[in-house]
Amino acid sequence: MDSLINLSRMQFALTAMYHWLFVPLTLGLGFIIAFMETRYYRTGDEFWKKMTQFWMKLFAINFAIGIATGIILEFEFGTNWSNYSWFVGDIFGAPLAIEGIFAFFMESTFFAVMYFGWEKVSKKAHLVSTWLTAIGTNLSAVWILIANSWMQYPTGMAFNPDTARNEMVDFWSVVFSPVAINKILHTVTNAYVLAAVVVIGVSAWFLLKNREQLLARKSIKIATIFGFVSLLVLIFTGDGSAYNVAKVQPMKLAAMEGLYDGENGAPLVAFGILNPEKDICEDPEVAEDPYLFEISFPKMLSLLATREMDGFVPGINDIIRGGYEFTDREGNTYIEPSFDEKKAQGTLAVHALKAYQDAKKSGDQAAMDQARTILDENFQYFGYHYIEEPEDLVPNVPLTFYAFHLMVSLGMFFLLLFVLYFWAERKNKLENQRWLLWLGIISIPLVYICSQSGWIVAEVGRQPWTIQNLLPVNASISGVESDHVLTTLILFGVLFTTLLAAELHIMFKQINKGA
Amino acid sequence: MKATLQKIWNFYYDGFRSMTLGRTLWVIILIKLFVMFVVLRIFFFQPAMAEFETEEQKADNIIEQLTR
Repeated sequence: MDSLINLSRMQFALTAMYHWLFVPLTLGLGFIIAFMETRYYRTGDEFWKKMTQFWMKLFAINFAIGIATGIILEFEFGTNWSNYSWFVGDIFGAPLAIEGIFAFFMESTFFAVMYFGWEKVSKKAHLVSTWLTAIGTNLSAVWILIANSWMQYPTGMAFNPDTARNEMVDFWSVVFSPVAINKILHTVTNAYVLAAVVVIGVSAWFLLKNREQLLARKSIKIATIFGFVSLLVLIFTGDGSAYNVAKVQPMKLAAMEGLYDGENGAPLVAFGILNPEKDICEDPEVAEDPYLFEISFPKMLSLLATREMDGFVPGINDIIRGGYEFTDREGNTYIEPSFDEKKAQGTLAVHALKAYQDAKKSGDQAAMDQARTILDENFQYFGYHYIEEPEDLVPNVPLTFYAFHLMVSLGMFFLLLFVLYFWAERKNKLENQRWLLWLGIISIPLVYICSQSGWIVAEVGRQPWTIQNLLPVNASISGVESDHVLTTLILFGVLFTTLLAAELHIMFKQINKGA
Repeated sequence: MKATLQKIWNFYYDGFRSMTLGRTLWVIILIKLFVMFVVLRIFFFQPAMAEFETEEQKADNIIEQLTR
């Protein structure tokens, strides 16, 4: 069973990470192109048209190769994660359906006008199509992110014990949940930063080769401003993400910071090396230090998580033991139950579901009502029934910790990169600063690593849950053969690697050709 | 109406005919979609609950798995 779960998780992670290699460039480059074309529309200068068409080619390559790679995730839901797919019901289905029908068709329709329409439609109609393609791609992402946010913070639904499905009772609560809003802004601005860095990197290559110099300099100017503004929003929403995580997924925050024992005025680790000997719930007398080395900002984690310098941030051990005062996202303050207490409540809920079904079969309405009441009262910890040991509640701490710190460090590096490029471009010093041009090129793989790290934090950090507190991975899985999952895992690896190689080959060829 | 449809048809027809890079991309898209929807979907990704005919049977199966 463990092998099936791990293989299914590995397969899902591989598919999602490959899919996310293609998506962010499309999201950000669409707006950069739209801005360039707007300049063409306003000035009538053919140079802007040529520039738009060059970046549009790269956009097309990325769009064409990346399109539909996300559909494989939906295949996996139905085959490997059927319990999960059933349990989430229409809550997951509705945003995905809207994404498919509305946003995908919108972007595809206007994409055709954008490519075929230069000589066929008016300049204004073409510009509108370019903007709508950019907006459409972003709208696609919005609906997927809403669905993902619901898994991290389930809201706006009611569990139906007759069907074992969650049913949406408040669509707007799902769409406008604070976690969804923050996640949408954080993820799309991450994509904009990625696109800006790619534009800078490609332009830096042209400058190093003494080719397309005007195009490169103008592109850098646009990309630095677009990237810098996006990065400011990214930092602001990153702060919001950390606050949300502290409120709705405190175990994830504890793993992000390697925090085993919580404290008031908790420091934020800027850089650290985790102690591999550290374990959960150690005897305080002989407990290992969580870090071999660390540089921290005093009280900053408390400020980030509670908005108070001396607020209490629970660590991994606190979350398992419970007993501390906790204020949730809605402002309710209560004493956090221990793992054992939550597990007991989860078991009550699962047994009540069984009792409800038995009562339904025997036509005993009173017993059904009684079971329904117990189920509703304990449903918030339904998934804890399937968690066997407290350590099963803890995600992979090193992976979450290092991915988080890598993401933040690279984010700060890109801030510096945008400032340096903006300064060098303004002072006409770009061509002479070869180290800066090389730094721009090296930043392209770094920005992809940064973006992937963000998803590792979000998804590894929330383990073992597929739906926070309601369904863990071991209860989400289908009864398929692990050999079957291994076969498809290898097939996906081959398919996606081939697609990536094709993308890189065609992309490099087009860049080499120039505008 | 007919003229509009003709215009739309010509728009796409001329667009596809004049493509250079786009042809390569279309070949990749078609191969990819074939692998995904024909090879993977049909041979490797059968819905796990395909054996159940009604929604009620599917619900019973999930409830049985969740409550055992």
